[in-house]
Amino acid sequence: MSITAQPAALPETLQIDFHHHQAAHCESGVCANLLRHYGIDISEAMAFGIGSGLFFAYLPFIRVNGLPLTTYRCEVGGILKRVFRRLGCKIDWQTFKDPEAAMAALDAKLACGIAVACRTGGYWLPYFPPAFRFHFNMHNLVVCGKKGDDYIISDPVFPDLETCPAKDLRKARFAKGALAPKGAMYDLKTVPKMDEMDLAAAVCLGIRDVCRRMLYTPVPLIGIRGIRYLAGQIRKWPRRLGEARTLLYVGQLIRMQEEIGTGGAGFRFMFAAFLQEAADRVAMPQLLDLSPAMTAVGDQWRRFAVMAGRICKGRASADETYENMALLLHSCADAETAIYRELLRLMKA
Amino acid sequence: MNIHEVPQDRGMITDERREVCYAVDENGRYVLAGSAGWEPKNIANQQAWNLIGQMAARALEKIHAGQKSPLAYHMAVHQMDVGLLARYTGISRLRIWLHLKPGPFQRLTDRDLKPYADIFDISIETLKSVPDTLRHHAFSETIHDGSVQ
Repeated sequence: MSITAQPAALPETLQIDFHHHQAAHCESGVCANLLRHYGIDISEAMAFGIGSGLFFAYLPFIRVNGLPLTTYRCEVGGILKRVFRRLGCKIDWQTFKDPEAAMAALDAKLACGIAVACRTGGYWLPYFPPAFRFHFNMHNLVVCGKKGDDYIISDPVFPDLETCPAKDLRKARFAKGALAPKGAMYDLKTVPKMDEMDLAAAVCLGIRDVCRRMLYTPVPLIGIRGIRYLAGQIRKWPRRLGEARTLLYVGQLIRMQEEIGTGGAGFRFMFAAFLQEAADRVAMPQLLDLSPAMTAVGDQWRRFAVMAGRICKGRASADETYENMALLLHSCADAETAIYRELLRLMKA
Repeated sequence: MNIHEVPQDRGMITDERREVCYAVDENGRYVLAGSAGWEPKNIANQQAWNLIGQMAARALEKIHAGQKSPLAYHMAVHQMDVGLLARYTGISRLRIWLHLKPGPFQRLTDRDLKPYADIFDISIETLKSVPDTLRHHAFSETIHDGSVQ
């Protein structure tokens, strides 16, 4: 199926019939919503798994608000890139230098009746609750209409459609700083039919990619080795940084884990949901057995966040110490290693 | 996470909207469940806002003491440093550094100030003034319990 349409003048009110589904994470959510719009039945969890979204990296040399970066998901745009490639879709990806041109291009697409996804910063979007408005440039949303000077936006992490004034959307699309989106926008150009799609192959590729990256990346900061390295660092923080700064580092760790896009535990649960769904859809019942194991890992990550939160607030009990945080991370690493090894063995069989 | 364990700790989300997360129902199947927030997240978020509040308060102090220009306050409230503000406005870091001083700031014309007013989305009059005390939606709680000096 090829998506082409003739441009028309933009009417006063324009709303594309776009089914908005709330998702736990923006990138996989946008991916799933766009595919569903073109009749491909892919849930958010499936998109996350096929796109190999699960990851871990502790990168202390990259600073966010002056504190080290920890990430629990793959690189920005990676899920999109891999899902569309593995399902055989073609996308039209554009970035811009000039904000006026970027907004005009968006209007032109809308006038053709095409729902367009944009990468934006979070700080400038007025419909965000105030507590979420930080400078982070990794947000994805779909623009699916325009009403006067306001855009109608399907933002996957919100329950309903939101509206956003043009001037704010323009600022958000041209947010500056690390990973600036440069007005990036993308839409699906061609989409294969559901029955022509090799879903099983895509699922296998997705799983294999995640396992290999987590187990065998030859850098000690990435994957399982990264989790263990972070555990070692947490033990050293109080001595090296002093109490006040350690609390900031721990707080940043929770923010990166739980707040910036779904978080560490959230991603583990999403991957478990993917394993469960994939087991049914591509007839690999063995995957079903690994889903509860992944859920258990997610629960451990949540316990880690609870402990870190109490330490931050100065309400830690006697056994909530940096040492125990490190031990908990090691046990997460052990459990994840076992799951990835088993998954890889299944993929080879 | 079991569906009964999905946290409902209000904090960051102040309205009726919910974020969704993945949880396991009674039959062991994954479903999407709405969450109003979670205590560890709220703590970390509050910590980040306290930090921003402290920066803004420090800027205000320096402005009232005549060491900094009002630009310092607006920059802090918008969570920007000189580098980020330079990228947004296209004004060089060196000039912004200069504009952060009270004397050079006072000599700026409206035309010089416009890029700043545009990016902060405030009028030029507001840009030239600062409040006597700190007030900002997200730090209100912090100020009441007096943890910002």
